[in-house]
Amino acid sequence: MDTVIETADLRRHYKGFEAVRGVDLTVARGELFALLGTNGAGKTSTLEVLEGQATPTSGTVRVLGRDPYRDRAAVRPRIGVMLQEGGFPTELTVTETARMWAGCTSGARPVAEALELTRLTQRRAVRVKQLSGGERRRLDLALALLGRPEVLFLDEPTTGLDAQSRHETWELIRELKEQGTTVLLTTHYLEEAEQLADRLAIMHGGRIATSGRVADVVAERPSRMSFELPPDFFLGDLPPLAPLGVTRQVNTGRTVRLETADLQRTATGLLLWARDEDVALRGLDARSATLEEAFMEIAKGLESEGAR
Amino acid sequence: MTTSAARTGRTHTATPTRVTAMDRLAALGRAELTLLLRSKASLVTAVVLPSVMAFAMRGVVKELDLSGTGLSVATVMLPAALAMALFFSVYTNLVGVYVLRRETLVLKRLRTGEVRDWEILVGNALPAFLLAAVQSVLLAIGMTAFLDADAPAAPHLAVFGLFVGVAMLVAAGALTAAFTRTAESAQLTFLPFLLVTMAASGVYAPREVMPDPMADIAAWLPFSPVMDLLRGGWTGGPDGVDQLRAALLALAWTGLAVFGVRRWFRWGPRG
Repeated sequence: MDTVIETADLRRHYKGFEAVRGVDLTVARGELFALLGTNGAGKTSTLEVLEGQATPTSGTVRVLGRDPYRDRAAVRPRIGVMLQEGGFPTELTVTETARMWAGCTSGARPVAEALELTRLTQRRAVRVKQLSGGERRRLDLALALLGRPEVLFLDEPTTGLDAQSRHETWELIRELKEQGTTVLLTTHYLEEAEQLADRLAIMHGGRIATSGRVADVVAERPSRMSFELPPDFFLGDLPPLAPLGVTRQVNTGRTVRLETADLQRTATGLLLWARDEDVALRGLDARSATLEEAFMEIAKGLESEGAR
Repeated sequence: MTTSAARTGRTHTATPTRVTAMDRLAALGRAELTLLLRSKASLVTAVVLPSVMAFAMRGVVKELDLSGTGLSVATVMLPAALAMALFFSVYTNLVGVYVLRRETLVLKRLRTGEVRDWEILVGNALPAFLLAAVQSVLLAIGMTAFLDADAPAAPHLAVFGLFVGVAMLVAAGALTAAFTRTAESAQLTFLPFLLVTMAASGVYAPREVMPDPMADIAAWLPFSPVMDLLRGGWTGGPDGVDQLRAALLALAWTGLAVFGVRRWFRWGPRG
């Protein structure tokens, strides 16, 4: 595997505060890796080290086989960066801004091409101060793409975009990935990670709580099934639940909520029981775990762990 | 969005040509020049103010008792005009530029790319260099005609003075910006250095007319050697040793300012 980004026990301290507490990351060439986490989880602090904006307090970091801070003259021409919050002179037009950036970028694509990619062609003669928040984000992305980077670091690339722009940006990121670009992005939108990421990591309190392929991260979480207990039936009338894979049962009134490691087996068992008993399971609901549930549970679980 | 490999595809196969420091400086300088030309207030301050102040000084300078100093109205006013051109087109202008670019996160964004730190500071200062150069030439010619002054006796001293003066004021501008928190306060923070220099470094009145102990101290101020060099351009100046002393003192102050910039300059707003 051709490793493009690699960190080992990465730590970053600010005055009396440990923002990143031992992060191990590996991203292969051509992979799209999403870094998720609550605000203050350490995503941006980690990204800044990868981009060569800052040095870690301890630990090692390699991007394209080099130290992104010390060897930045060699690394920078091969990466593209979009900050969570970056600025442009407000009195320059979109084209002038991109032209300035192109003049500072090795192997830059034509300015018109970069603006076309991010759907800014119509807005090219407009001053930056007149752009909407979403258009500024797209300009920022256009600049990150100018140098045809091998590795792209995107810190919340779609925050502030409307739904259509967000989908267009996803499409663009997918295309870049198809071209072989390695992408590391952070996002607040779990759907974004589910849509785009080959692998993801969920950060919490400066650590990586879990990481892996989206399906694997989700699979670690229980699926859920719920229904109303039919009239005249008692809980004891249900078939034994543990053999059906149920790990947890919560009853509220007559509603039964189950968590299961094997949704198909649990559902089959209960539905067969209902057919045999000839009863209707009202309010029947069965669903696999979602990334959002995984995310929420990790955040909650680690908080209670931290409180202990 | 249309999906086509050609849209995002790589068209080059060989290693792309690396941009050089000159490319980057040119790109930054061009953008900054566009911005300067669009900022009427900065333009007025940088272009109109020095000329108005220089010509308005004439009355004051005429009242000075220059007997025994070897100076004339012209050899006082010409260097003073150049000094003011440098201060308003380079120093006060750049304090504002650096602070505004920092507070609006432009510097932070630039630093994610291939541009080196010193290139950002110098690139942003290029239009100021241009302004200073054009104004110096125009003021020198205009004042010479206006005052019926003699041609400079040692133009190389004046030119050297201009170069080292600009270098010092760029560094001083960045250093002042480091201690300026907002774009609004950038309207004030340039005043201490400006006023002290105007009063004591021999801009308004040559140090030769000051009482001796004051003049001796004032001679060590950062901009005093620059004034000596500029004035030396017209008078033929002090002798070689004093010229060398002035040059070294000016360079030492510039070096100190550069050190301060490296130590204290911030690239983003205070978090």
